[in-house]
Amino acid sequence: MAQGKHSDEKVLYVGDSRVRQHKNSETTPRDYTAYPGKSETFIPNFLLKEWIVATVFMVGFMLLIISKPAPLGETPANPMNTDFIPMPDWYFLFLYQLLKYAYTADAYTVFGTVILPGLLFGALTLAPFLDSGEERRFYKRPIASSLMILSLVAVVYLTYVSWTHYQHELDKKNPGGKAVQEEKKKPEKKKAKAVALVAEDDPANKNVYQKSTCLMCHGTDLKGMPPGVPTLLGIGDKYSKEEITKIIKEGIGTMTAQYDANIAKGLTDQDLDSLAEWLSKQKSE
Amino acid sequence: MLKSIYNWIDERLDITPLWRDVADHEVPEHVNPAHHFSAFVYCFGGLTFFVTVIQILSGMFLTMYYVPDIMNAHASVNYLQNEVAFGNIVRGMHHFGASLVIVMMFLHTLRVFFTGSYKAPREMNWVIGMLIFMVMLGLGFTGYLLPWDDKAYFATKVGIQIAASVPLIGDQIKELLQGGDIVGAQTISRFFAIHVFFLPGALLGLLGAHFFMIRKQGISGPL
Repeated sequence: MAQGKHSDEKVLYVGDSRVRQHKNSETTPRDYTAYPGKSETFIPNFLLKEWIVATVFMVGFMLLIISKPAPLGETPANPMNTDFIPMPDWYFLFLYQLLKYAYTADAYTVFGTVILPGLLFGALTLAPFLDSGEERRFYKRPIASSLMILSLVAVVYLTYVSWTHYQHELDKKNPGGKAVQEEKKKPEKKKAKAVALVAEDDPANKNVYQKSTCLMCHGTDLKGMPPGVPTLLGIGDKYSKEEITKIIKEGIGTMTAQYDANIAKGLTDQDLDSLAEWLSKQKSE
Repeated sequence: MLKSIYNWIDERLDITPLWRDVADHEVPEHVNPAHHFSAFVYCFGGLTFFVTVIQILSGMFLTMYYVPDIMNAHASVNYLQNEVAFGNIVRGMHHFGASLVIVMMFLHTLRVFFTGSYKAPREMNWVIGMLIFMVMLGLGFTGYLLPWDDKAYFATKVGIQIAASVPLIGDQIKELLQGGDIVGAQTISRFFAIHVFFLPGALLGLLGAHFFMIRKQGISGPL
């Protein structure tokens, strides 16, 4: 520690002494006395008020968290699940919705994914250089303000359309609503665990089921791939033999008709009939 | 005792001016909600930082339980959510804080825009602010995959498809993010690394620059 003539005198370094210090440089903020009115020091006066705001904010935030648990899907991701409607987090919805219009999709995808968002974020980033006048009040710079308001309206609109469309799709998929479906899921899952395979030695299992197209999705053990592909264990509780035959021929939900594909695999009408009969015997009791 | 420790350090490093600069700077009347209630719009930046601090702290605690691989990711989050004491609170803070940080940052951006505060000499600080905005969006995108449920998986798949549509370098971006041909084991490791190391590192640097500039230039004057 360098010291002056007197050993208790502290020497202050002011940076590189070769650089001349400019007293009134433009980067130094104007002194608070330049703004007439009641200014106050940051610590402790203003910080205490900020503290109060932060506390009130924190209380509201914690109430939200306590009342609404963070969502988590019931099972790990299943890439084979064709039933799931992909959905980004809400603040990406406007970018996502942007890709669904005629000039932002298919051959024009680049417009929707790169050019439009690039223009939007690029213009926003360069705003101080595009809007370089001295005027600061927003109503005195109509071009900048109106462009911003227009973008805001567009973003809100796109987000709204995307969200309502998503809700509509969900309703279409499970009439009765999402909540009902989630409630239904749980008991079904428990039941599936308890249900055992009935009549495993039936020839319809070995000779027909294990050769059919069914097991590509429902599995060799009939367990399916929940939540997209339901289990066939206990299917007899839900459907009769006739109904199962109809499902094989016409499909149900996201399952397409399987009849032709099974005939092509060398199974006969009779085989499928015995298969439907065997499946209808799969009851939980 | 504390005083003498402080003096001992101050003699050697001259730290007093560092904090006195922060402590003594004057808060002008036009940004103080105590004098003009409408000045609450000037709180959004501070609240963004407040939520960011919540995000960093809650995220640090989440990594004590989280396992970034496809077999255990969902199980570890599920365990944290349902078994660990206060795990649901900490995860809730991180989950909803992510949305809140975007909301607050957006409001802060609008305040700066409509008060014209980005004009000379503060252009650079606005550009840094926009970079912070993009880093935050990146944090949101990468964090969304980590619980590894269906919602996470399929949203990430779409996100990577969008990134892949960029002309010329699309495929390289896709491979960089995915770490392979599919969204899978490598992807979750990469997203974890990006979410926990790369982007927070960038964020802290940018925040430092943001705060340095606002102290250096001061807050913009009244309209």
